[in-house]
Amino acid sequence: MFHTALTSADLIFLAKGAGMTILVTAISVFIGTLLGIVFGVLRGQLGPIWFAPVTFVLDIFRSVPLLIQLVLANAFVGMVLRLHISGLTVACMVLSLYTAAYCTEIVRGGIHAVPATTRRAARSLGMSWLQDMRYIVLPLATRIALPSWIGLALGVMKDSALVYVVQVTELLKSTQILITRLQEPLFLLLICGAFYFIISFPLARFGGYLEKRWSND
Amino acid sequence: MFGYTFQWNQALARLPKMLDGAAVTMEVAVLSMLIGIALAVLLTLLRLSGSRPLKAIATTWVEIARNTPALFQIYMAHFGVASFGIHFSPFTSLLIGITFNNAGYLAENFRGALKAIPDTQTRAGRSLGMSQLQAFRYIILPQMLRIAFLPMTNQMVWAVLMTSLGVTVGMNSDLYGVTQDLNALTFRTFELFAIAAVIFYIITKIITLGARLIASRLFRY
Repeated sequence: MFHTALTSADLIFLAKGAGMTILVTAISVFIGTLLGIVFGVLRGQLGPIWFAPVTFVLDIFRSVPLLIQLVLANAFVGMVLRLHISGLTVACMVLSLYTAAYCTEIVRGGIHAVPATTRRAARSLGMSWLQDMRYIVLPLATRIALPSWIGLALGVMKDSALVYVVQVTELLKSTQILITRLQEPLFLLLICGAFYFIISFPLARFGGYLEKRWSND
Repeated sequence: MFGYTFQWNQALARLPKMLDGAAVTMEVAVLSMLIGIALAVLLTLLRLSGSRPLKAIATTWVEIARNTPALFQIYMAHFGVASFGIHFSPFTSLLIGITFNNAGYLAENFRGALKAIPDTQTRAGRSLGMSQLQAFRYIILPQMLRIAFLPMTNQMVWAVLMTSLGVTVGMNSDLYGVTQDLNALTFRTFELFAIAAVIFYIITKIITLGARLIASRLFRY
């Protein structure tokens, strides 16, 4: 018979970790997406040359391991600036910028996919730049960008497993704490993996479905 | 301006050790990529095969690799399999974890690449007297690898970045592990990790630029 020392209190502990994972992901994806949209639109307006400094900075977030970004941000805030900011805030700041770096590319790609002639036609009809953006670019670019954006959001959720380095107890960290106490690594890891899978898999499938459906017509 | 004195010299003096760590990081990344590509080709073949159980194995692998964190996969390769009495060294666990992840993502890239190759080519190969495997090996595979070259480059960058997770299973010879050990010795957290970040940045730039160079040489026609 299968026997485990896992109690309902431990399950609540795990659920709290899962809640933290979702909280960090939600905040970071929200702020990161807003920043990404701003940067993506700005890049379209300024052109690649004037936007190059921002591109360079955003590229750093994609070329350095997230673990190092978190440790550096934590050291900078705590040791250099000597501010007392919670680990959760640091984690959300880093993950937001990390999300923004990827989201900028997605937004840029989406806007780029709207034919220039379509936009010129809109402006010729007397639409303002804002109207062109709102009624022409937004609906067309969303179709291109949404599937990749879903992929990005899920990626951020999986990467949020690293925020344990700034003392945030998310799902994987709480699993590890329980493993240390209960000494049942396989069983606990399977629960943890199942949780990530249950959230990620249906959304990933949904993203794939949208991509397929929207690319045909 | 800051209440903190930067001491870059102390950290820079440790640069040779960190570069040794970078070599180990590259070793893990390259190995995991090579094995990962081989496994991904195998997974692609399994998915193409008519057999349902084989397809199910490949699909399960790909979906688990893509829908759970890489850190979880490395934990599984280290602490998970320990339940069966199998104990890997941190290096092996890290390599297995990253390779598993790479293979899953690459198999998905290959599937996308396959869609761009017309079915008729396989049939043409078959009519010329090639076996199914020969047609795949000589006609489909080269084109598939060519189309998937850019995603493969991205995956290579990911593999390098993922090596930093090895520290969670006790790896201390890669760039991140070395940096953390030095940090414990000197307590120059910011300086040391900033240098590590710069090294990682340079490595990824070399990979992307190198890949672009190779691509322009290999695929010009």
